[in-house]
Amino acid sequence: MSRTPLDTVEHAAATPDVELPWAELGLKKDEYERVVEILGRRPTGAELAMYSVMWSEHCSYKSSKVHLRQFGEKAPQSDALLVGIGENAGVVDVGQGYAVTFKVESHNHPSYVEPYQGAATGVGGIVRDIIAMGARPVAVVDPLRFGAADHPDTKRVLPGVVAGIGGYGNCLGLPNIGGEVVFDACYQGNPLVNAGAIGVMRHEDIHLAKASGAGNKVILYGARTGGDGIGGASILASETFDDAKPSKRPAVQVGDPFQEKLLIECTLEAFKEKLVVGIQDLGAAGLSCATSELASNGSGGMRVTLDDVPLRDSTLSPEEILMSESQERMCAVVEPAKVERFLEICDKWDVIATVIGEVTDGDRLEIFWHGGKIVDVDPRTVAHDGPVYERPYARPSWQDELQADDANKLARPGSSAELKDQVLKLVASPNQASKKWITSQYDHFVQGNTVLAQPEDSGMIRIDEESGLGVAIATDGNGRYAKLDPYAGAQLALSEAYRNVATTGAKPLAVSDCLNFGSPEDPAVMWQFAEAIRGLADACQQLGTPVTGGNVSLYNQTGEVAIHPTPVVAVLGVIDDVARRTPVAFQEEGQLLYLLGDTREEFGGSAWSQVVHDHLGGLPPKVDLERERLLAEILISASRDGMIDSAHDLSDGGLIQAVVESALLGGKGARLVVPDGLDAFTFLFSESAGRAVVAVPRSEEVRFNDMCGARGLPVTRIGVVDGESVELQGEFELSLAELREAHEGTIPALLA
Amino acid sequence: MTARIGVVTFPGSLDDRDTQRAIRLAGGEPVALWHKDKDLHQVDAVVLPGGFSYGDYLRAGAISRFSPVMETVIEQAKAGLPVLGICNGFQILTEAHLLPGGMLGNDHLHFICRDQKLRVENAATSWTSDYSEGQEIFIPLKNMDGRYVADEYTLDKLEAEGRVAFRYVARDGVADERGNPNGSLRDIAGITNEAGNVVGLMPHPEHAVEPLIGSGRTDGLPFFTSILKKLVNA
Repeated sequence: MSRTPLDTVEHAAATPDVELPWAELGLKKDEYERVVEILGRRPTGAELAMYSVMWSEHCSYKSSKVHLRQFGEKAPQSDALLVGIGENAGVVDVGQGYAVTFKVESHNHPSYVEPYQGAATGVGGIVRDIIAMGARPVAVVDPLRFGAADHPDTKRVLPGVVAGIGGYGNCLGLPNIGGEVVFDACYQGNPLVNAGAIGVMRHEDIHLAKASGAGNKVILYGARTGGDGIGGASILASETFDDAKPSKRPAVQVGDPFQEKLLIECTLEAFKEKLVVGIQDLGAAGLSCATSELASNGSGGMRVTLDDVPLRDSTLSPEEILMSESQERMCAVVEPAKVERFLEICDKWDVIATVIGEVTDGDRLEIFWHGGKIVDVDPRTVAHDGPVYERPYARPSWQDELQADDANKLARPGSSAELKDQVLKLVASPNQASKKWITSQYDHFVQGNTVLAQPEDSGMIRIDEESGLGVAIATDGNGRYAKLDPYAGAQLALSEAYRNVATTGAKPLAVSDCLNFGSPEDPAVMWQFAEAIRGLADACQQLGTPVTGGNVSLYNQTGEVAIHPTPVVAVLGVIDDVARRTPVAFQEEGQLLYLLGDTREEFGGSAWSQVVHDHLGGLPPKVDLERERLLAEILISASRDGMIDSAHDLSDGGLIQAVVESALLGGKGARLVVPDGLDAFTFLFSESAGRAVVAVPRSEEVRFNDMCGARGLPVTRIGVVDGESVELQGEFELSLAELREAHEGTIPALLA
Repeated sequence: MTARIGVVTFPGSLDDRDTQRAIRLAGGEPVALWHKDKDLHQVDAVVLPGGFSYGDYLRAGAISRFSPVMETVIEQAKAGLPVLGICNGFQILTEAHLLPGGMLGNDHLHFICRDQKLRVENAATSWTSDYSEGQEIFIPLKNMDGRYVADEYTLDKLEAEGRVAFRYVARDGVADERGNPNGSLRDIAGITNEAGNVVGLMPHPEHAVEPLIGSGRTDGLPFFTSILKKLVNA
């Protein structure tokens, strides 16, 4: 895009009729006209570059904003929330002077185009968000969704994504402690690669993205700026894939985890010496985003000399420099007297750091190149005043028919032999099978504070070695439930993550979400999106867990076919002493197994209906948030008071899936009895929400039952931990060896 | 009295703080050493921790071996300073020729993270004296380039001189391909130099020092108690 003469502000004003490539940069005609209206002239090439990336769907949330407001409007009163929506990541008080920041983001589109780098840079981006808050990153989680497990392209995408997450996260020294792996044909051309991270800091160390104090210096540090990832946010993440268009591979960034590790260490050292006034990471939209957001969140303006940006490629044009999404870069605002020390710390870690500008007392963001002024804008118009769309939405015409196709009417196993066969089929199905082949490619030991990691119900990290204070995180989502009913589906995702955190003994505190949907230009998709947000906001309000931030990923569709609506919810919890955590694995023979909660005939969207009948229809399980809250309180009390030795939440796959997992992890079997009032099939496969199975030492039996009774939680004794097999009395017996082969053999056979 | 044990931080070191914690839990005084500083600050022993020093984009450990701190480590190790290399540290020790052989990419081409069973083959080194020969332990393993290789002559020599310190074994204690996580020759997980002061291994003993954390076992603690006893009694 370089041209002579330089397209300065002056030049733009003098040449109003020059045609600019706004459509190629992803802007709509009315959006371009709005830019012209704001500036009172045509934009310069550099200004157009900035507006085009910052007003993209990915950066501006233009289609989702009107709905996302509910998270603020319905936010429950919470003393724990220190920093809410709008910053790089939310911050939660976890006690003892500690604050925890966490967030989940998507890197869906790049991961399909280039699985390794797409997934790797997804980890890099979320980790920089955490550092930018002032926190040391302590763990990552990765909720992943792929096409059918046996589809040939899954074998291209999944191993690349997993290697990319491992390659980046392992090299950063961040334990990977949780997440999910789900297969469904609906994600075939649109895998969902979501990445979450947690960071820990002291309350006084919280940092915000703002540039204030005229005369303060703007320092760009980290990697040099190259030509990679140009237009990643606009033309890649904000458009539907289309075979007819050219490859989008050049819009994917390339990661360097070693550089990021240095960036973490030098940033934390600078924080420790209190050298930083404001900080912002460079992710989507690169320098365009960092400069406009820092300036618009601060008190003054900003002047930047683009010639001072260290480049990998000296032929880059100013527009390209502004749009580049080269990874591992950050921007800090530092008082003049502290600049020298800041640069010294960067030098210690061999990190390139350059003063590229300063905060001014005006209210303009001005950017210079070769002596000419190429950008002169009100930064708020770039960062915050993007277009806002009230996209039309309508309940899809097929929704009623889908819900009428009742899964409860599907043929059920007619004999014990068939029941046994379906159990084996279920635990071996790709979605229910062990994901060890994947998770063993992630380091979960590094940093020496990992208390629980996948396949536990939630990941748990100790944050204070003396007191044992810890945090837990679980991420959950069920696109099948959400397809049947997006309002309930979003609430079920929250319910499950909330329950998973409580199952390990931690108290749920706050929520982050990653909302993965199809094209907002389709009214049916917009309806799913609006319903899911309404459901999630309502449920967060009722459970008292505020949404602290998150991410929206739209355009997850190829041609006309959208993915299942897939809200992924992360719940963060706190535990006073990690020594009291409850694992999934059965610990001791002879312990009594209890089922907590009510089991109903609920098979809509269930794993059983998918595995046995390849069916999706009916209604998802009933949501009962008050029950979830009660169950969580019981699980936390029981953990704290030593009444249970293992616990597992019941979700997809139902009770039998949970029991098989606990048995295989503990190397101890179980003898089960169908409780009164239930049939064997419903007992094993129902996916009613608000349930968990716990193992109680005999010495605690009375105390535990009394507690559940007093609090009004239904509790049913269903068996005992025993032997080398899982047996359902009068129906079948499956040896642990047989179950292990079925459960652990599937994924390696498909992917190794 | 206790002993001062240095832990080197290279750019890209990851398990340096964890190793310091393990030393502290064993009763020692950890001392942070910096790769650009030749001075070992009067430590009594040195640990080269795990990680991806300099990103390991070249052969793992190939750049770190030339760092200023390694000049002193190499010189003093030859004079008897106890040195333990864990994972990336082991790779650096082979690159520095303090230990023979080298590490290639895992035969399955994946990063692997798991709790790994080992057999202690040599309980007479500075870092293994608190184990007994033949003892079986579980130590977390996590690496990308962990496949130990050397020429046949070197392997035979290591075996003959009892310098194979640890071997990968299966759950039943047999050293064979079931227990071998990466195709390491002769199931070798760790080795020692002739004098027994320099030991390197791929698994991470610093992640097996607390009952609740990591693998949930404390099988790695004797590495650190071994060296402390030796230094304090010396």
